[in-house]
Amino acid sequence: MTRPVLSVRGLRVEFPTRKGVLVAVDDISFDIAEGEVLGVVGESGAGKSMTGSAVIGLIEPPGRIAGGEVRLDGRRIDNLPYEEMRRIRGRRIGMIFQDPLTSLNPLYRIGDQIVETIRAHAPVGEKAARQRAIALLGDVGIQGAEARIDSYPHQFSGGMRQRVVIALALAADPELVIADEPTTALDVSIQAQIIQLLKRLCRERGTAVMLITHDMGVIAETADRVAVMYAGRIAEIGPVRDVVQSPHHPYTKGLMGSIPTLDANAPRLMQIPGAMPRLNAIPKGCAFHPRCMEALGRCWQDRPEPAAIGRSEVACWLTAGAVAGAGR
Amino acid sequence: MEIDAGDEDGSAAADDTGFLARVRDNDLLHSFLRNRLVVVAAAVTLTFVLLSVLAPWIAPHDPYDVRTLSLLDSHTPPAWEQGGDPRFLLGTDDQGRDILSTILFGARISIAIGILSVLLAMGIGVSLGLIAGYFGGPADTVIMRIADVQLTFPAILTALLIDGVARVMLGAHQSAGGEFWILVVAIGLSYWVQYARTVRGVTLVERNKEYVQAARLIGLGPFKIMFAQVLPNVMSPVLVIATINLALAVLTEATLSFLGVGLPPTEPSLGTLIRIGNNFLMSGEYWIVIFPGIALAALVLAVNLVGDWLRDALNPKLR
Amino acid sequence: MLAFAIRRVIEAAVVMLTVALLAFVLFRFVGDPVNQMVGQDTPLEDRIRIRQELGLDDPVPVQLGRFLWGAVRFDFGISYQVKQPVAALIAERFPATIELALAAAVFAVVLGIPMGVYTGIHRDSWLSKIFLTISLIGISLPTFLIGILLIYLFAVKLGVLPSFGRGEVVAIGFWRTGLLTASGLKALILPAITLGLFQMTLVTRLVRSEMLEVLRTDYIRFARARGLASRAIHFGHALKNTLVPVITIIGLQVGALIAFAIITETVFQWPGMGLLFIQSVQNADIPVMAAYLMMVALLFVLINFIVDLLYVAVDPRIRILGGAS
Repeated sequence: MTRPVLSVRGLRVEFPTRKGVLVAVDDISFDIAEGEVLGVVGESGAGKSMTGSAVIGLIEPPGRIAGGEVRLDGRRIDNLPYEEMRRIRGRRIGMIFQDPLTSLNPLYRIGDQIVETIRAHAPVGEKAARQRAIALLGDVGIQGAEARIDSYPHQFSGGMRQRVVIALALAADPELVIADEPTTALDVSIQAQIIQLLKRLCRERGTAVMLITHDMGVIAETADRVAVMYAGRIAEIGPVRDVVQSPHHPYTKGLMGSIPTLDANAPRLMQIPGAMPRLNAIPKGCAFHPRCMEALGRCWQDRPEPAAIGRSEVACWLTAGAVAGAGR
Repeated sequence: MEIDAGDEDGSAAADDTGFLARVRDNDLLHSFLRNRLVVVAAAVTLTFVLLSVLAPWIAPHDPYDVRTLSLLDSHTPPAWEQGGDPRFLLGTDDQGRDILSTILFGARISIAIGILSVLLAMGIGVSLGLIAGYFGGPADTVIMRIADVQLTFPAILTALLIDGVARVMLGAHQSAGGEFWILVVAIGLSYWVQYARTVRGVTLVERNKEYVQAARLIGLGPFKIMFAQVLPNVMSPVLVIATINLALAVLTEATLSFLGVGLPPTEPSLGTLIRIGNNFLMSGEYWIVIFPGIALAALVLAVNLVGDWLRDALNPKLR
Repeated sequence: MLAFAIRRVIEAAVVMLTVALLAFVLFRFVGDPVNQMVGQDTPLEDRIRIRQELGLDDPVPVQLGRFLWGAVRFDFGISYQVKQPVAALIAERFPATIELALAAAVFAVVLGIPMGVYTGIHRDSWLSKIFLTISLIGISLPTFLIGILLIYLFAVKLGVLPSFGRGEVVAIGFWRTGLLTASGLKALILPAITLGLFQMTLVTRLVRSEMLEVLRTDYIRFARARGLASRAIHFGHALKNTLVPVITIIGLQVGALIAFAIITETVFQWPGMGLLFIQSVQNADIPVMAAYLMMVALLFVLINFIVDLLYVAVDPRIRILGGAS
């Protein structure tokens, strides 16, 4: 693997509340290599978006990074002063939010929003920035960009707006783009187009992507590697083919079993019993044990740490035992 | 603040709201005690009400008993100033009335007018709101159009106008005591709109709920349904409006009296006292105007604080 | 857009007509106009003659028509109290009130918006707490009390500003302005602060709560994620989005200012319409009351109309909606 663009070590995100501290992200580590697409999957509340927000330094107070570090190209960025972090946002890490309908300021022309983003990060004049904005809009597939650059967001459809959002995220040519559920709010027919567009643009520019989604289908099609999150932790992380075809963690197995296929011989869709615990009631030991069919006594007591299995890392006592056994 | 705005998974989303609800969790007593300012404000409000109820018994003097008044005592500064008299803690006015006593009696009148006019506004507003919301159609249209037109003008202007008209029609200059009720009516009629709008909104929602339909099926009449079934559901917003309304009503009364179209000097409210005192401000006799002013401001501020808190605690959406 | 404008005009006409009707009822049925105009010892024949001259014996619809026709031409009859045409009285007082209200509005906006933005961004700083405390006091203290306190402080104790009147005025056509003389400007300071303080606190609180709301939106998070400078985010993206509700309230408050000017004008003996009105209420001078009512209604309607136009200027979505309809 080449040198990672992004390297996260032991990241912990906390929310102090009146009734104690909630841990939204609990001691997670992962890398994203140059030009690589890392998919992050998990249920709502698993900490995926929080991880993305932590990387770009946009956790809303009272939430805060309580531990660990985030490195961009080897340089630590989680403890930078506001102004320095601001210069990294947009310029070196771009971000795409879920809902294109609310991501764009309704009172500003889209061209102005792109121009101000370009000019916030590069010493270019109004005219040059506008030319680049038109080129960008063309890149993201907006027909007649020259004519549409002075439109307001409400004059675009949802899919078109998400293209504009992508153009904005890529406006300053960042090394990493965090795409937080970029297609969830869109029509199914448009989702594939947007994902393809994002994938193509990032490949052309060599941009790494952290693709946050709950849609395993999108991950399987787009990502190079995938991290499966559960209750604020990474359950399993590895190359997408390995994780999809031979998952190790019982939770991942459940997730894979719940993807519908057109194969007539496929068994019934699997369902994981129960629901993910709330943040204020995360069980001791392995957070997944109450829902796990194969839980061992140990799973109730001790928290499993990620351990390598093949090219993946899995945090599970079942597989840890298997590895230990195999090594003996 | 949202933990994970990402997914749209139904069950997990429910978990999120559970989490948020927990973070914001606000039970009434807890939020009351946590907010020290509100505790103080509530205490001040209660003290005012108690003092004004008990004014005839606890006031050092009876400012309306002409026999006890002496012009020799007039223009006495507060007790701690040079020339002060320990009998008159806050000094006296131009007729030798004890300021502290006039404040106690004035607050009594101000609070009485405030409460009565709030009750009137609430009665009119809640009834009209129920009728508009429950029956809909032309009744709704007429009531809400009137409300809209009235809302175009500030309430103080409406109150002034009603007050002015009533004084002409009833010849209030002659009939003693008439001003009191003119003020109650003028202020009450000026503040009903907000009750009506709120109650109408809630009624529109409640009207279509199953329990109302059930009540209709078992043959309850519309008025019985409105007052017995729908009314309890609108009580908490009405209570919030009434509290804030009380502060406004006291303020409106004071303003009208200050403008000289409220209570006369023979039956002074806090506003009248300030009007009287204002004449002596230029000569430096600040106590005649400042102390009633402080009393009025403290009363209104305290009630406002309680009202604000009540609004936030009972109904975060109104914020 | 045209349909929108037409609907607006019709609504305005309905409000004006309602108020005119109210004013007519006041004028005609509250008290007896003849009794108000003549002395106690006027003989009955004279009274009857005056009644006929005034047209009080005509059918009510005819009288109403005459009243409305008069109102359209700003003819509201003769004041009972000072025996002068009401229109002339109002025209004389009008500039004073407008200048006072505008000065107060400028004061409220110029101070209120920055304070609101500041307290919205720095929610927990001590300066925000001071601002919010000031705003709480501003909302709770009655206008007349603020005026009295200011007079006591600046006129009685310090003696630096006048406590009543308009100072020297300069006539420009019929408009007598106090804005062009030093004494006129000095005289304006205390009344404008008194009148504007409540509105300033309102603007502060509104801008603050709107800012808090807007700062939570996705497009602000996205603007941060794009690495825009805080200044651009707060004063560009956020403030512009708070403007629509703020313009509404400010518009409505300009109307309220004209009404509240009654109080301020009484405290400072400011020779405006409000003082005229309060004197008319005290003296049961119905024609002046009626005329003032219609005048204020007209101002309110005009202000609402201007507010609507401002919306369109700020929010492009309204432009499109209007164009489509």
